[in-house]
Amino acid sequence: MSAGMSQITTWLRDPNPTSRRQARLGQAYMAWLRMRRNPLAMVGLGIVAVLMIMAAFAPWLAPHDPITQDLSNRLHPPFTPGHILGTDDFGRDILSRILYGSRITLFIIGLVAVTAPVFGLAVGTVAGYFGGWTDEILMRITDIFLAFPKLILALALVAVLGPGMENAILAIAITSWPPYARVARAETLTVRTSDYIAAVRLQGAGPVRIILGHVMPMCLPSVIIRVTLDMAGVILIAAGLGFLGLGVQPPLPEWGAMISAGRKYLFEQWWVATMPGLAIFIVSLGFNLLGDGLRDVLDPRSAGR
Amino acid sequence: MSEPLAVSPLARLAKSLIGIAVSLLFTFVGLLFVTFIIARIVPIDPVLSILGDRATDAQIAAERLRLGLDEPMWKQFGIYVWQALQGDFGVSIRTREPVIEEIARFFPATLELATLATLFGVALGVPAGVLAATKPGSWADQIVRLVGLMGYSMPVFWLGLMGLLLFYGVLGWVGGPGRLDAAFDMMFEFEVTAHTGMILIDTALAGRWDMFANAVSHIVLPAGLLGYLSMAYISRMTRSFMMNELGQEYITTARVKGMPESRVIWVHAMRNVMVPLITVVALSYASLLEGAVLTETIFGWPGLGSYITDALMANNMPAVMGGTIVVGMVYIGLNLLSDILYKLVDPRART
Repeated sequence: MSAGMSQITTWLRDPNPTSRRQARLGQAYMAWLRMRRNPLAMVGLGIVAVLMIMAAFAPWLAPHDPITQDLSNRLHPPFTPGHILGTDDFGRDILSRILYGSRITLFIIGLVAVTAPVFGLAVGTVAGYFGGWTDEILMRITDIFLAFPKLILALALVAVLGPGMENAILAIAITSWPPYARVARAETLTVRTSDYIAAVRLQGAGPVRIILGHVMPMCLPSVIIRVTLDMAGVILIAAGLGFLGLGVQPPLPEWGAMISAGRKYLFEQWWVATMPGLAIFIVSLGFNLLGDGLRDVLDPRSAGR
Repeated sequence: MSEPLAVSPLARLAKSLIGIAVSLLFTFVGLLFVTFIIARIVPIDPVLSILGDRATDAQIAAERLRLGLDEPMWKQFGIYVWQALQGDFGVSIRTREPVIEEIARFFPATLELATLATLFGVALGVPAGVLAATKPGSWADQIVRLVGLMGYSMPVFWLGLMGLLLFYGVLGWVGGPGRLDAAFDMMFEFEVTAHTGMILIDTALAGRWDMFANAVSHIVLPAGLLGYLSMAYISRMTRSFMMNELGQEYITTARVKGMPESRVIWVHAMRNVMVPLITVVALSYASLLEGAVLTETIFGWPGLGSYITDALMANNMPAVMGGTIVVGMVYIGLNLLSDILYKLVDPRART
């Protein structure tokens, strides 16, 4: 380890931080050290990192164009020279399609991750902070949405909105916010009577300021853990919608739709359906492992469970 | 302070029952409200979809009146709730049959699949979770954890396709898609009375063991795969509940008294693990109904999932909404059932 590096780690480990930023970064560093001891979580982090690299550099990594058809090269098996994962029924290179498909997957989970938790956080903190009737009504609405199985509600929504990527994302977001509302409400209930909130209120802060500035930040760690764990489920639902032909439309290389296209050739050309399914499996396993590890690190209550 | 003492146990029971009924009704109406809103924003005109585009203006006006589309929104919603409470979810656009009758015909197949899968899941998941909890950090624990996480991460339709490819296509161990071989299908239609709509029970009741064996070979793969998914969830939760119990003092006491470890785990700890586990099993049962949607399309299984997806493809909105409401109701019902069972098993929850 170089001198500069060890200086940084000493600064991070300093038990008497001189600034708030040093304290925060030190905390994050300690969390990172704890997480590094969990090999499965590191595997998960690696998978998610690879997904991001794949999505960012797809045009440079992919050996072929993902959309252009080449009917003379239909259904080549894996390890054919030039097509390491084989080709599909339109002669398109499966590896290239999976690489480009990672962009679609990342786009979907990215949009869901910035919409559903924010909405759930707003509902949960407002319900928890005000209590009483506000709480009763908001939580009842949340319960109604929880009463629907996610996929079926998403199906019904896409059925009326029409198939397509935007509508699929909207449907998934609408079905995934209730758990965040629950989590945020529970956290809000524990902090709303605390002294620091009372202090802020005495300074004359209104409810909006208190919720945005002083309640929501306290809910963030548990919501972030939930988001990471939920991303695997979002990937699976998006793939399910794609598989049923209600999500991202062909010829775009969405993984679920690719499996659906390979279904016709399942028994003779198995690789067409198998390869994109493996991609979905590995990526959602990555998010699950990472979320599991993050929970152990960030949430001391469940550590060791 | 003295108020709880003044209320007799009977009155308290009545009060809690009324509370349950009110919240049930509220959730049910909420469920209907959501499907009502969804159905109203459909760009498809319900009148045209019933009459076709050759209908005359007079016919359209009459149909609008019959469907109550001229009424104000709140009144339409009232009619919708009233009809739904009587089990009237409208008429299927494709077959002109009442949706509820079609659902009644398709539902048993899903129920059969989900029940069998839950049995698999409990039979494998509970022992696996207990094993993992008694030896935390061991290789057995790691394997249970990894197998569980894999189940969480697997797209169920892909798992189904891979299962078909391996066990049906390559190995030929199981029957393929459908509930029976084609040869038996016709025979079943004519020779077996459908008492329950569940194929294993109906063929057994009729004494047709050849058909029963064939049905088993068809159901074992989809039920096994769904069972794996429910095992993933159940084993994880069992492990966590069991670890919690094993850290309690009464367990130490039992061990100090020299009780065999198997009795400590399966009798003393298990009784307390059962309580939260009931909720978990009910939840996983409910989620299997959802998993069944995609699994049924893969296995050509004539259940509720196939019904909903087929209706979706045909733009048959009354059928889609009817199916959605039924699944939602089963969800609510299972949650309620687990609440009641919870109270029966755990004396603390009764007071």
